[in-house]
Amino acid sequence: MTLRRGIFLSGVATLCAWTLVPIWLIALGAVGGRAAVDSWPKSFWPGSASFATLGSFLAIDGVWTATLTSLEVAVLCMIFSILLGAPAGYALARYSFRGATAYRLLILLTRAFPVGILALPLTVSFIRLGLYDTPVGVALIHAALALPFAVLVSASLFQGIPRELEEAAWVFGCSRPRAFLRVVVPLALPGIAATAIFAFVISWNEVFAASVLTVRHRTLTAYLLAVLSESPLHVQFAGGLMLIVPSVVFIFLVRKHLFSMWGIANR
Amino acid sequence: MRKTLAPYLLIAPSLLFLAVLFLVPLVQTIRLAFRAGQAWSLGNFARMANDLNFSDAVLNTFRIVLIVVPLQLLLAIGMSLMLRHIRRGRDLVLWIWSIPLGISDLAAGLVWLAILNDRGYLNSALFDLGLISAPHSYLTYETPAALLGAIVLAELWRATAIVLVVLVAGLQLVPKEYAEAASVFGASPWQIFRRVTLPLLRPSIQTALILRTVLAFEMFAIVLALGGRNMPVLVSEAYNWQYANQDYGVAAAYAVVVMLLSLAATLVYLRVLRTPPEQLA
Repeated sequence: MTLRRGIFLSGVATLCAWTLVPIWLIALGAVGGRAAVDSWPKSFWPGSASFATLGSFLAIDGVWTATLTSLEVAVLCMIFSILLGAPAGYALARYSFRGATAYRLLILLTRAFPVGILALPLTVSFIRLGLYDTPVGVALIHAALALPFAVLVSASLFQGIPRELEEAAWVFGCSRPRAFLRVVVPLALPGIAATAIFAFVISWNEVFAASVLTVRHRTLTAYLLAVLSESPLHVQFAGGLMLIVPSVVFIFLVRKHLFSMWGIANR
Repeated sequence: MRKTLAPYLLIAPSLLFLAVLFLVPLVQTIRLAFRAGQAWSLGNFARMANDLNFSDAVLNTFRIVLIVVPLQLLLAIGMSLMLRHIRRGRDLVLWIWSIPLGISDLAAGLVWLAILNDRGYLNSALFDLGLISAPHSYLTYETPAALLGAIVLAELWRATAIVLVVLVAGLQLVPKEYAEAASVFGASPWQIFRRVTLPLLRPSIQTALILRTVLAFEMFAIVLALGGRNMPVLVSEAYNWQYANQDYGVAAAYAVVVMLLSLAATLVYLRVLRTPPEQLA
């Protein structure tokens, strides 16, 4: 191995460590409990690691319900954005119609705006509609965040499925909806699933809208933000770890689609 | 092509949804910001500008965006070029580098709080190395430069991944033959990068910069997690006015400022980094 190659590989390794070590450290802070948080200087290996801290974190009043609320909101956001986004994507991919360009433009326009902040005026109308402080209300604004992404990605997914396959099904007597269900859906499903998971992560991580639109039924992010100044450090670290773990797992699941998805969102 | 209603029926639900949850709140925010009681007024903006934290919030936001975004772009370009030269385990490295994509700014703030608090891991490492004898503070009101540094580090750690993913996706679309041709004609690696790869990456860089800048103006949880209220930024002020002060008008005024900044940044990027028409495939 040449010297150049050695330098190059240690650069790659350094960047991997730069990503992974901080996650390791918050995990240490989360499983070590109060004793580890107060200790000085700190050990970089778990001494008496236990899941007791995580357990007691979940036992704190409100944490477990907040986690469940987050889960509920994220699943709803996933459903909304796919149910609304996939048909629009199919329309963009299969039909050329007047207004298609304007529609695309509206979708892209959402990107120039910090959509989460638009939750501010929604407080008032949500109170009036009974959506304030409900998982559905938060999921709606999260879906507005995830929908543009879902539309663009599913449009290009459907574009990637040859029209001929669908036409062959029509020739063999399938109706249009039936051909769609039997031929197109199975081929598009992995990509749609990846998009759905991404919508889940967008919602799971969102802080601002969730904090503004909830009081008692907080999501995990909103809960952690609200108790930031008054809770002990090890509790905060446990919360941070709780936020990170599902997202990392999900990114792992969709890793194959990550780049095609973003490559698409590029155009 | 036969005329049909089908595409309109298919886009209608999403259009309606975006109208109700994007366009309406957009108009409402602007209205809320410019209203005082029943009349139009700039009162909310005046109160915003007269607030003690306002100029700090503007300055801090700009400082963070102007430091973080260029650094992220450079780091991500470097990482995406490195990926091209990895022979084995490329997928693993790519996955590791894209992990922060799934991490929220709140969680990232907490991660770096674990490292940078007085008894955190940075101080422990420095102590173990014999560089310091007692814990140092980085995140207090008295150490604004260190606090800014901490926020920049946390943002770099968290959000470089999104730039990387967009750039890698863009690089996949650039045929390797162009670089090979350039090297046949005797171009150095630097010249190939500067004259071939970078211009072809321009659309991806534009997308990445728009995404990142809009998100960076919107960032606030990372700042609250690391510095509490020691370092106000625009969105954390909007949050405080809405939440602690229950003053929706001033909060909306802040939101309008953030929206205008995001829009202005997007327009600048669209203009400065536009793809020349002769390059469009």
